Amino acid sequence: MHRPGMVSIWFFIGNLLLIYGILILAAGVYGLYSPAEKSVVLSELHADIWWGALLFILGGIYSVRFSPKGTKSGK
Amino acid sequence: MLPVLALMMQADSTRLVSLAQVDLAIIAIYFVAVLGIGFYLKRYTKTGEDFFLAGREMTAWVAGLSFLAANLGSLELMGWAASAYQYGILATHWYWIGAIPAMLFLGIVMMPFYYISKTHSVPGYLKLRFGEPARALSAITFGVMTVLMSGINMYSMALVMKVVLGWDINFSIWVSSLTVAVYVVLGGLLSAIFNEVLQFVLIWAGALLISIIGLIETGGWGGMVERIARNFPGQDYTHLWSTLGSFQDNPMGIHWVGIVLGLGWVISFGYWTTDFLVVQRVLTAKDLRAAKMAPIIGAGFKMMVPFIVILPGLLGLAVLPTRLMGEAAAVANGGHSYNEVLPLMLARYCGPGLLGLGITALIAGFMSGMAGNVSAFSTVWTYDIYRPLMRKQALDAHYVAVGRWCTILGVLVSIGTAYLVMQFLSIMDYVQALFSFFIAPLFGTVLLGMLWSRATPAGGFWGLLAGTVSSIGMWLWVKLDPGALQYVALSSSAKDMAENMYRALWSWIVCVAVTVVVSMMTRPKPASELTGLVYGHTELPSEGDLPLYQRPIFWTVVVGVIFVVLNVIFW
Repeated sequence: MHRPGMVSIWFFIGNLLLIYGILILAAGVYGLYSPAEKSVVLSELHADIWWGALLFILGGIYSVRFSPKGTKSGK
Repeated sequence: MLPVLALMMQADSTRLVSLAQVDLAIIAIYFVAVLGIGFYLKRYTKTGEDFFLAGREMTAWVAGLSFLAANLGSLELMGWAASAYQYGILATHWYWIGAIPAMLFLGIVMMPFYYISKTHSVPGYLKLRFGEPARALSAITFGVMTVLMSGINMYSMALVMKVVLGWDINFSIWVSSLTVAVYVVLGGLLSAIFNEVLQFVLIWAGALLISIIGLIETGGWGGMVERIARNFPGQDYTHLWSTLGSFQDNPMGIHWVGIVLGLGWVISFGYWTTDFLVVQRVLTAKDLRAAKMAPIIGAGFKMMVPFIVILPGLLGLAVLPTRLMGEAAAVANGGHSYNEVLPLMLARYCGPGLLGLGITALIAGFMSGMAGNVSAFSTVWTYDIYRPLMRKQALDAHYVAVGRWCTILGVLVSIGTAYLVMQFLSIMDYVQALFSFFIAPLFGTVLLGMLWSRATPAGGFWGLLAGTVSSIGMWLWVKLDPGALQYVALSSSAKDMAENMYRALWSWIVCVAVTVVVSMMTRPKPASELTGLVYGHTELPSEGDLPLYQRPIFWTVVVGVIFVVLNVIFW
């Protein structure tokens, strides 16, 4: 997309991944201190923590890289 | 709790999983995001070109990912995971030989004609090449097929949400479809494409973890194969080609000829190169090179989709403590059906937060498929039915308004179809047949139109009609006389999928034969009218000045080599 002022789709995606990363990471950390009654298989891997962190990092990178302030193109 | 959440969470003791507050928040944020994108993009959707073709400004990456996401319909994730549990790795054929060669062919061979002709749709190309009758026939059959498929998928998804989450079926149908309607009406194809790319990313984010943790649990691919062999002795679930020597040797009841010619040739090429639902996404590319690269990028990602769809089904065979069964048996015995394998795996590995992300991936799959259906329906109805047959001369703004109303109409008809299916469940059995009725012959017509300059308007129309009628005729023949299966599918042992593939192959052959015969008997179009439409009469821009890594043919070879290697590895 080359329309002046249009926000990139990757910025929207970055924002959403960032928010999801925060929520999932927070749920994972909360689960460490207050484990659920019925745990999932391989819960000791703490997938929610590292997956949440990964989404948070990816979301952060995309949010900054494609921020409307940092780019004029909506590619 | 809000009333809407109360409805959503209606207690149902049979549901597979329960959502926590964080899961509900993740789902709610998703709905806010897709609607927000629709409202944001409305300001950029003013002309017909904006609304129906997203301004033809998309980069190859956006067009390519959207091309693939539009295909990830409501049951793509759950349906093919279920097939993987039922048929093993054979289900992968629908992602590899049933997609990759066709997508590469679209990019390298067919896209130049679609793009250079500046058509807005596949029926629009038929108008330019074969005239109004061929366009009208393909537009009407496409419109009928699209809303039927959309409604049936909508009902299937609502049913799964009821089983998995205990959600009210009416709630699932209305909230999801109206959300799609709002964002497509506001931003047209531009909004549909933006959301499809977003949904594609969410599908991966939500589903990938199941495969990763599953492989950790089984100790890798080798461990998984070992467990499956132990759980299901005497059955081969993990080889792609070695069991296809006869109909009886594999759980799908299919022969390699059916897979290669029926699926790999007619069905796959028909769908990926002529179904406007997916081709429309590529037509939005900003230039010819982007239009050629988009399907190649899509093919690269398509090869990886089995990792989030087929692998969870195979892992289910390896690790689930209970055997899954067919829908009817599951209802009768109170067990779990094949269709529940992905939600079962999701519940096995994902706690609060990740579960919400996984469910969001399923909803995103449904919405991207539905948005694809309604935006394609809206374009074909407005440009290929309303404008030529009802109102030829009107302002551009008028057609945009019609497109917006058609989107609403398409959603409402889809909802109506969903409720019709609810009343007459047997309709579900016939849905796969629709594809062989309309898409397989269309592929014959478009292919000859692009590659054979001698094909005439009469040949194109009568070939398309004969192919469609013969396909419906073969379907009726087997319905009325099941013994006819041995003639249509070459074996009385053939299952439904095999029958569909062979019927598609025959109808394509009928279409091509009739087109050739009628064309030889009628007068061809003059060469001046074939410019930009047919091979040999179209000047294709040279890519010689581009570095190798920027040329579409280079990436076609790369994807093609990976495709061959994967098939050999899993032979």
